[in-house]
Amino acid sequence: MAQTQSTFLHALTRLYPHLKPIMPRLIMGFFSALGASIVALAVPQVLKVLINDSLHPGGPSSEVWIAVLAVLGLGILEAGLIALRRQFVISPATTVENGLRVSLYRHLQDLAVDFHDRWGSGQLLSRAMADLNFLRRWMAFGAIMLMVTTLTVIIGVALMFSMSWQLALVFLAAAVPIVATGTRFRRNFLKVARRSQDQAGDLATAVEESVHGIRVLKAFGRGREALESFNAQAEELRETEILKARQLAFFSLISTLLPELALGVGLVLGIALTASGQLSIGALVAFFATAAVVAGPVEAIGMLLSMALTAKSAIDRHFEVMDTPVTIASPERPERPERPAHLRGALSFRNVSFAFADELDKDTPHFLLRGLDLDLHPGETMALVGVTGSGKSALLQLVPRLYEVTEGSITIDGQDLRGFGLEELRRIVSVAFEDTTLFSNSVRDNVLLGAPADVLADEERATAALAEALDVAQAHFAHSLPDGLDTRIGEEGLSLSGGQRQRIALARAIAARPKVLVLDDPLSALDVATEELVETRLREVLRDTTTLIVAHRPSTVALADRVALLQDGRIADVGTHSELLARNEHYRYVIASLDTGPVDLDSELEEERELGNELEDEVNA
Amino acid sequence: MSARKTPQPATARPTTPGFGTSNEDDSRLAKAESRAVRARSLRLLGSLIHPIRVRFWLTVAMVVVSQAAHAAGPALIAFGIDRALPALSHGDSAPLVLAGIGYLLAAVVTAWLTAMYVTSTAKLSQAMLLDLRLRVFRHTQRLSLEFHEKYTSGRIIARQTSDLEALRELLDSGVSSLAAGLMFMLFTAVTVFGLDWQSGLIMLGAAVPAAFLTRWYQIRSQVAYRESRVVSARIIVHFVETMTGIRAVKAFRKEARNTREYTDLSEKYRRVTVRSINLNGIYLPALVLLGNVTVAVVLAVAGFRVLHGELPVGVLLALVLSVKRFFQPVDQMAMFYNSFQSAQAALEKVSGLLEEVPTVRPPKEPVPLPEAHGRIEFRDVEFQYGDGPVVVPELNLTIPAGQTVALVGQTGAGKSTLAKLIARFYDVSSGSLTLDGVELSRIATPELRRAVVMVTQEAFLFSGSVADNIALGRPGASREEIEAAARAVGADAFIRALPDGYDTDVNKRGGRVSAGQRQLISFARAFLANPAVLILDEATSSLDIPSERLVQEGLARLLGGGAADAHDDGARQAERRTALIIAHRLSTVEIADRVLVVHDGRVVEDGTPEELIQGGGRFAALHGAWKDSLV
Repeated sequence: MAQTQSTFLHALTRLYPHLKPIMPRLIMGFFSALGASIVALAVPQVLKVLINDSLHPGGPSSEVWIAVLAVLGLGILEAGLIALRRQFVISPATTVENGLRVSLYRHLQDLAVDFHDRWGSGQLLSRAMADLNFLRRWMAFGAIMLMVTTLTVIIGVALMFSMSWQLALVFLAAAVPIVATGTRFRRNFLKVARRSQDQAGDLATAVEESVHGIRVLKAFGRGREALESFNAQAEELRETEILKARQLAFFSLISTLLPELALGVGLVLGIALTASGQLSIGALVAFFATAAVVAGPVEAIGMLLSMALTAKSAIDRHFEVMDTPVTIASPERPERPERPAHLRGALSFRNVSFAFADELDKDTPHFLLRGLDLDLHPGETMALVGVTGSGKSALLQLVPRLYEVTEGSITIDGQDLRGFGLEELRRIVSVAFEDTTLFSNSVRDNVLLGAPADVLADEERATAALAEALDVAQAHFAHSLPDGLDTRIGEEGLSLSGGQRQRIALARAIAARPKVLVLDDPLSALDVATEELVETRLREVLRDTTTLIVAHRPSTVALADRVALLQDGRIADVGTHSELLARNEHYRYVIASLDTGPVDLDSELEEERELGNELEDEVNA
Repeated sequence: MSARKTPQPATARPTTPGFGTSNEDDSRLAKAESRAVRARSLRLLGSLIHPIRVRFWLTVAMVVVSQAAHAAGPALIAFGIDRALPALSHGDSAPLVLAGIGYLLAAVVTAWLTAMYVTSTAKLSQAMLLDLRLRVFRHTQRLSLEFHEKYTSGRIIARQTSDLEALRELLDSGVSSLAAGLMFMLFTAVTVFGLDWQSGLIMLGAAVPAAFLTRWYQIRSQVAYRESRVVSARIIVHFVETMTGIRAVKAFRKEARNTREYTDLSEKYRRVTVRSINLNGIYLPALVLLGNVTVAVVLAVAGFRVLHGELPVGVLLALVLSVKRFFQPVDQMAMFYNSFQSAQAALEKVSGLLEEVPTVRPPKEPVPLPEAHGRIEFRDVEFQYGDGPVVVPELNLTIPAGQTVALVGQTGAGKSTLAKLIARFYDVSSGSLTLDGVELSRIATPELRRAVVMVTQEAFLFSGSVADNIALGRPGASREEIEAAARAVGADAFIRALPDGYDTDVNKRGGRVSAGQRQLISFARAFLANPAVLILDEATSSLDIPSERLVQEGLARLLGGGAADAHDDGARQAERRTALIIAHRLSTVEIADRVLVVHDGRVVEDGTPEELIQGGGRFAALHGAWKDSLV
């Protein structure tokens, strides 16, 4: 018992810093609640005195008025105290809830990508919404009522002792098995409450996946299987909830039955005592009147206890996320030797090794990159080539520190990435992924998402930067969307095709005007002619930008000054396309089309493109 | 250029105001609309209770009996003191034994029934929640892509989580406290009327202001709770979008902006919550006050009657105490009504989602298609998204069974649209589209999905192992079959190289596997599914050349019917598969029997690759460009 209690206290201690500012109001709320229940208990007594002692046939009417006023006054006081409790507690409780919710969100955004790889968003969502909602209700109601109830019971039992210690002892004897059961209940209920919260979170994740993967489910006609697996999961949650109710029911059974049984025994004993003259009738009546008052709170304790336990597990779940360390953070004192404008953009990988976080926990971690070295000169465009799964994407994500090198270092102009402030670094480095995530926003906002602040500040420059980025990425289609560049895209907006999304994402990376640009096969969904146009324009724009680009096709490699070949976690060779073709067999294997070379066929004809450009010019004009 | 690619909101649905999810973001609805959604929400609640109504009434009965047993306690104490005590003094202990046993019995019955109905309420509530969860899940799976393209995943999650949570709160506490409260009030009212009917009438008179108060509360809290549903859904949408797009959020330093937006939303949610709670904070004390005022009124009226000797003093105390007790459960009832209002607002949203009609519907009387051959025919097909512009004007096209067709044309030409029509993600607007002579819309969904499978560029992976993800193509496939499928598409090598091979957990949204690897896995899926018609919509775009070479070989085998050796049903062994390939890469097109050049939704060239090259049209020009780029 001591242990569970201490952990419960521990959970409360964790919460305390958030509660501290509202503590005075919580305490006032507690006193209001206490006052309200005292008034509610006092009213019958007052009535008894007023009616029995002062009202009698033929008396003056003022007696009636006094009684009525007293009752009315108490009635108003009771309602007032109830209103007051809510007034004191509710608004501050929502403030605490709000604070916890926002800080959770903030922390989640700071947590590294590998955390998000492991955690489904439904699971996180259940912590941000359901758990915190519950916590708020507990703070505003459950916690206070638990205290008021406990206090009422203690006062009631003390009163009962003052009336008849023999009967009170019988009543109190019932408490012993209740406390014993309570310990077990606490332990078990906590476990089940936690399980049900976790299962609810997983269920939310399952919903999320079923919606994000709806195309696959529909394409394979697997709606029924998805439903079955969802059903199984929901069924588990249902069983957990019922188990929870069973445990509560059992505890309620014990905690209401035993005191009542004790009272039954007490009734017989009390009457016997009274008959033998050891107890006055008045004391007997008063004892049972008090017992009746105490019975209500005793019955409620099971429910209130279960609320407290659920709240405890919600607090645990909250701090479980909050306690996860932010593994990739800005250094305490970021080194900013030069302003970004003066950066040259020399990107170097020194002895870089990388394994995913969950791999590192294993006995023999699987390293994706092993002692990799690579140098990119300022302004150079380097293509990165390697077979599927060789770690190209991981390597790229190391540059903006979405993942962290396990060993070794990456430097820009000789300075370790970890020396830059994260904001700063991600201002210097821009990316376009193979998965293109666009946000529910206008085309303009999406493209200018990473644009430098000084560009954004100037309407004209921003518009120019937007137009240029769209032009470089050959995303002219954006101008002819229903609301032009103000068309809302992303999940809540218009859905675009894969190729269109890719081009917007590329435009976004370009508009950020980075010193270092990493592109993860950004042209895969483009046809050859468009790719060629993008490449020509990119060459102009990227003149001063150091670019590392993952390439699957010779046409993409053509964009690069040099090519790096990634093989077995290392850079096996660096050189121009033709050099590597000539000297490296693995390179030929990876990139060379040989007889079945992949080449694009979706291109439009040259004259059509010209026509299209003319049209676009008209649109733009 | 390709805005037409985007579906417009469906127009096929009825135009009743407030139908479906159309007014989901409004909290102040016009009167008729408000009544309609309210009724819809109540209907849903009714339909959830219906299948478990027996248990429902049984639970109510348990509550009633336990309340009665509970009320017997004080009566037995009174009996003990009034009767048993004097009897004992006279040496008769029988009444005492009776009172003692009676009290114990009542205690056991009360406690036992209470435990029973706590469990039973949970069973009820969980049965309804499970029912609703599955209904929403099934329905969202049934709804067409057209719907999903405008209704976000975040909203569906909001419906499935926070809205259901509101219902759960109602069910968990509501039923028993309502029944117990009502029973208590009924018993007490009978007592009051038994003591003095005039006072009873005064007491019941309180119902009139209570009704007005409740009506006021209903109208106000309805708006507040609707608003709360809207804002909480917005928070959820924002939250899900941030967490699923966390890479881009970080890469483009969106954190600060997101935090601002989220803080605003969260603060708005807080304010709406406070508003709804404060309404209850007026309603509940007002009801308590009303009860107390009524007690005072009863006391005044009855008090004067005592003064005039019309009422004995002894009755007055019992009377006033009973009236006071009558109003005791009022706060429970107020809480119940509060949960009810909250749940109703939530169910309004859920029922709206359930009311949405899939635009692509399963046939009422399906034509059986036990074994598809794969002949596809478009006859005078026209297609437009919703009431948008016509994307496919008058298409006539026949693809014989077993033919491999490459679709070529610029982005936005309508290639993907044709593919989606064949996969029946959308229905043709007019004309007919048949598979083996049977209208697509008349084939039962499972049969259609078995016959036609589409692999798209975005290869979504579900959490679970690699093997699970491949098995999606054919649930129940053995591990050997799964591995054979992976081998066939050349995915075997990289899968084996993963930390746990086929049992590697692909994690949330496949964070650990690259886009190319995901495409290989989804290829293996398609291979395992072994359909008569296979559609590949830019399904190889992220593959590197060696992988693509392997896929090519696998594809050749798959299209040639070779895949059947990985299966036990040899039916399709000899037969070739129909394939529709949309790809940038010539290598894929080269294995095609036939090339269709699509432009503005029309087929402008049609022939074998050789014919088209000789014909000197668009394809020939493309082919020429390809030759050049080989140098």
